[in-house]
Amino acid sequence: MKRKKMNSNTLLLFITIALFVVMYAAGCIIYGSKGFSHFQTFLNLLITNSGLLCVAAGMTCVMLTGGIDISVGALIAMDCMFLAVGIDRWGWNSIVLCVLVLVIGLVFGSVMGFLVGYLQIQPFIVSMAGMFFARGMTAVISTDQVSISSGLFKTIASIKIYMPFNIGAYTNSKGVLQVPYIRVHVLIALVVLVVIFLMLRYTKFGRSLYAVGGNEVSATMMGLDVKKTKMKAYMLSSFLCSIGGICYCMNTLTGSVQQATGLEMDAISSAVIGGTLLTGGVGNVIGSFFGVLINGTISTLVKTNGKLLSSWSNIAVAALLCFFIVLQSVFALIKARRK
Amino acid sequence: MSNIKKLTSKRLFLPIFCMILVMMVNIVYDVANGNFALNFFTISIRNGVLYGRLIDVLNRGSEVAILAIGMTLVVSASAGTDISVGSVMSLSACMCCMLLAGYGVSSTNDLAVPLIVGILGGLAIACVCGTFNGFLVAYLGVQPMVATLILYSAARAIGLLLCNNLIVYVRNDAYKIFGSYLGFIPTPIVIAAICILIMALLLKFTALGLYVQSVGINKKASRIAGLNSSRIILICYIICGLCAGIAGIVSSSRIYSADSNNIGLNYEMDAILAVALGGNSLGGGKFSLAGSIIGAYTIQAITTTMYAMGVSTSVAPVFKAIIVIIIVAIQAPPFREYLRKRSVQRATVAKGVH
Amino acid sequence: MENNVVLTMRGISMTFPGVKALDNVDFTLRKGEIHALMGENGAGKSTLIKCLTGINAFEAGEIHVDGIDGAVVNHSTLDAQKKGISTVYQEVNLCPNLSVAENLFIGREPVTRFGAIDWKTMVKKSQKIVNDLDMKVDVTQNLEEYSLAMQQMIAIARAVDMDCKVLILDEPTSSLDDNEVEKLFGLMRRLRDQGVGIIFVTHFLEQVYAVCDRITVLRNGQLVGEYPIAELPRVKLVAAMMGKDFDDLAAIKTDETKDFTNAPIEIEAKGLSHAGTIKPFDLVIHKGEVVGLTGLLGSGRSELARVIYGADKAQTGTLKVNGKEAKINAPIDAMQLGMGLLPDDRKAEGIIEDLSIRENIILALQAKRGMFRLLSMSEQNRIADEYIKVLQVKTPSRETLIKQLSGGNQQKVILGRWLATNPDFLILDEPTRGIDVGTKTEIQKLVLQLAEEGKSIIFISSEIEEMLRTCSKMEVLRDGAKVGEITENLTQENVMKAIAGGGSNE
Repeated sequence: MKRKKMNSNTLLLFITIALFVVMYAAGCIIYGSKGFSHFQTFLNLLITNSGLLCVAAGMTCVMLTGGIDISVGALIAMDCMFLAVGIDRWGWNSIVLCVLVLVIGLVFGSVMGFLVGYLQIQPFIVSMAGMFFARGMTAVISTDQVSISSGLFKTIASIKIYMPFNIGAYTNSKGVLQVPYIRVHVLIALVVLVVIFLMLRYTKFGRSLYAVGGNEVSATMMGLDVKKTKMKAYMLSSFLCSIGGICYCMNTLTGSVQQATGLEMDAISSAVIGGTLLTGGVGNVIGSFFGVLINGTISTLVKTNGKLLSSWSNIAVAALLCFFIVLQSVFALIKARRK
Repeated sequence: MSNIKKLTSKRLFLPIFCMILVMMVNIVYDVANGNFALNFFTISIRNGVLYGRLIDVLNRGSEVAILAIGMTLVVSASAGTDISVGSVMSLSACMCCMLLAGYGVSSTNDLAVPLIVGILGGLAIACVCGTFNGFLVAYLGVQPMVATLILYSAARAIGLLLCNNLIVYVRNDAYKIFGSYLGFIPTPIVIAAICILIMALLLKFTALGLYVQSVGINKKASRIAGLNSSRIILICYIICGLCAGIAGIVSSSRIYSADSNNIGLNYEMDAILAVALGGNSLGGGKFSLAGSIIGAYTIQAITTTMYAMGVSTSVAPVFKAIIVIIIVAIQAPPFREYLRKRSVQRATVAKGVH
Repeated sequence: MENNVVLTMRGISMTFPGVKALDNVDFTLRKGEIHALMGENGAGKSTLIKCLTGINAFEAGEIHVDGIDGAVVNHSTLDAQKKGISTVYQEVNLCPNLSVAENLFIGREPVTRFGAIDWKTMVKKSQKIVNDLDMKVDVTQNLEEYSLAMQQMIAIARAVDMDCKVLILDEPTSSLDDNEVEKLFGLMRRLRDQGVGIIFVTHFLEQVYAVCDRITVLRNGQLVGEYPIAELPRVKLVAAMMGKDFDDLAAIKTDETKDFTNAPIEIEAKGLSHAGTIKPFDLVIHKGEVVGLTGLLGSGRSELARVIYGADKAQTGTLKVNGKEAKINAPIDAMQLGMGLLPDDRKAEGIIEDLSIRENIILALQAKRGMFRLLSMSEQNRIADEYIKVLQVKTPSRETLIKQLSGGNQQKVILGRWLATNPDFLILDEPTRGIDVGTKTEIQKLVLQLAEEGKSIIFISSEIEEMLRTCSKMEVLRDGAKVGEITENLTQENVMKAIAGGGSNE
């Protein structure tokens, strides 16, 4: 059998991965002296972005159907606030709270999904309303900045999982052996990624997401329930976002109204950089994973430099986004011309 | 019954209906609180300037109304929304204030350059942003939301760079005038009125409206019929950028400063909402400028009403979200179909009884 | 019920607001037959199909399917599919971003013990399906990598593999060339022999006679009759569809070919080309001449016209209009030189569906005048009324949205749009496609009349007879190149020969 032709979508994914590697390598060379080359820096990337990873996975699923969910940032803020207030002020059980957060996510997603799928309202408008709602509800719960100071949640959040066999360990200037570690929420995020990857590849629901994004009319004709699929996609996105909210909260251990503003754009740009088409039907969580890493690397690079204004990282991400969008559309134009 | 149907099928029914609804809520609220029933509409003169809740709505709603002009065109021509307007507002304000104060100066009473240079600078950079968006959408075929996503996240950051990470204050009376009063009328109202008037004249006396709608409905067919579809879309985005620039300067003049992080925050949402509320399809094509403008002021009326009722600024979005969903759900075709079916059913049931 | 019947529809009625779309229609489909469903636009063909597949709900009547007890009512295409009724449309209803295998199996993927999709089995099974139908397809490739015809055949393969008893082909051949049509017919015959009942909806009479066993004719939502193919010669079929004997077609035939060699030259193209679609060609069109472009679909007949008009920008060569060299970068440039193009895809490139008839008519004229010289409302109304009258557009008012008109009337409005610009040179690309026979004749008459008035015209049609009636010269294209020109002895045979090419052994 002849070798499968590499199509433009695979090529985009390769560009993304290559870009990450080059960027990271460049960072290691330039900022090696500031500790950028340590394995821990990479792991920190995962630790700080674990919430974003979950969100990006959900966002990818929604974008596959040709939709978008911009409520994720606000939902995370609501989750964090709920967790923080619940643990710190009401003294509720952490596990009960986490389960509640997930249930809230599902309900939230099903309402949005119903509006998008069954009432055929534009996803952007629906999730915009969702964003207003969640952000407002955050303020209803509390307008203060609340920190989680004790409890099971904090205990779990502060667990360090050290790398086995001292992989990437080094001795610091004081002569102490530093073993790289990750945290629980990184594991959660990675599990989410793997599950979603398998789901997209090996379940009927996963494939129907692609079909709906590829051609809605066709999907209906082929007997798929497009409305239900869309609704489920938004439920999944909000659910994953709630998992992301828990991860995010584990990382910050605070809740505030202004938390995670603009996170939806990070998630969208990660997915786009990772090769997910906004028109739907094409994309993969692997791409989104690298998209998140690229996003994180840029801000780490800017932070490590120390002299640059933080706006530069926004501008760099936007420039990258621009690059990938242009690349995507150029590929699309070439494809259209060939026909 | 048929009269009601005729009425509800009118294009401007929805925005006007919403506007009236908001006013009714105000009247009921005032009566319930033992105030004068028409409090909302009362206009008086205090300290030599117009005062009243209605004036407040018109004044505060100016920016959204200006944005709605450009957004209407963009939505119509490209079947997509420009989500960068809020950020572009901020960028244009930063550019303007930076020019007026000089780079790196955080506060000034005297203008470093003539006022007009600052204003034009702000508007120019807004037009550049519009051109950038328009180019991506019209010539590279990028989805509007995606294309404008770039500036949505970058424009504010660029503004911060221009201002060297500072909040630049321009405490100069000449600059303050755009956000304060022209005689006894709030200047933003005048500026919004002028913008609306210019656009209305353009639509009335040129073929712009026909071109934009035609391109919005069928880009390919419009090209064959001799329209330069891409250029028309580009023009719409430039106009939208320009509108964002004007709104940004008004916004910044109100607080005589360029607060990059807060100017125009969430305004893109309000502008899009105004267009949707105006009865325009977000899928592009036919549009009604009047609808969008009424929509814009309705949104402001909702906000003002909520504040008047003592809803806090940070909780207000909850209600806004619910209102948005109700409005778009009513407009949604499946919902209308459902209502139609029910009314048919009821009619047949009624017939069966006789 | 005869025992070889797979589908019966009895007394089907349904109304759209104000229109009786179907009135007590019967339809019977037998095992192993290809059954043509014929009728003019608005006769109720698509409505009947939609009632059958559950897209429209019918008000009265019954549907029976072989093997199912009781009356069948489908609520969705999925419902219909489950009962063995599959439909393949002209626009392929598959997902271009998925692999061929997935497209064949979506919704019913084979799964492993753990409930995961079994890709290996799926690919193996799919490859067998396409191999069995003699199609050269790598099922792991994305669908979008294949031609439209192949995609359509994949859609049919999917339907067949889903155990369908009734296969509905709704205008499947409209965008295929003859070669592809023949392949499709081969597939249809093979399925017929396997016992599938096929309903074939088409506008092409030749194709009906090439492949069908039986014809059901509808007119104005009513059943005219069901005939075995042998009992219904072509003339009678047309008569049944039109509801009258139709001689008008004969009446418009040109008496003799005029000689245009001495007429002034309107258009002179030298070496025009567009990469990928049309190779360099020369063309001369005189004033008042109707030139036909003929060739198989994909031979470049539309593309040649589009290059002249600037719809696709010419990359080489020169174009002289009225003896002066012209530089055409976009359609508007061509329009300023007095050209007009009626595109072949009316829906995609012709109508502006949400605008009124008035706006659709004045659009090109307005574009020619420029944005800042708006036609006054009274002038717009006058122009619109004029062309509605001249072209006999059937519409309640000039403010009616064009999408509410029938295909033929839409085509007339687009024609009106071009006539309003008073062109010297008009390109009509498939002006008669997908419209009823009556309007076809009107349009052909109009073409001759315009030529009489001294306008030059390029006429493109897949129906050679139409071109023979209207054109005084035919340009023959093959594989994106102009291969010949026929000025004398314009007969069907000659043209066919030229299209097929001398070297061909068919």
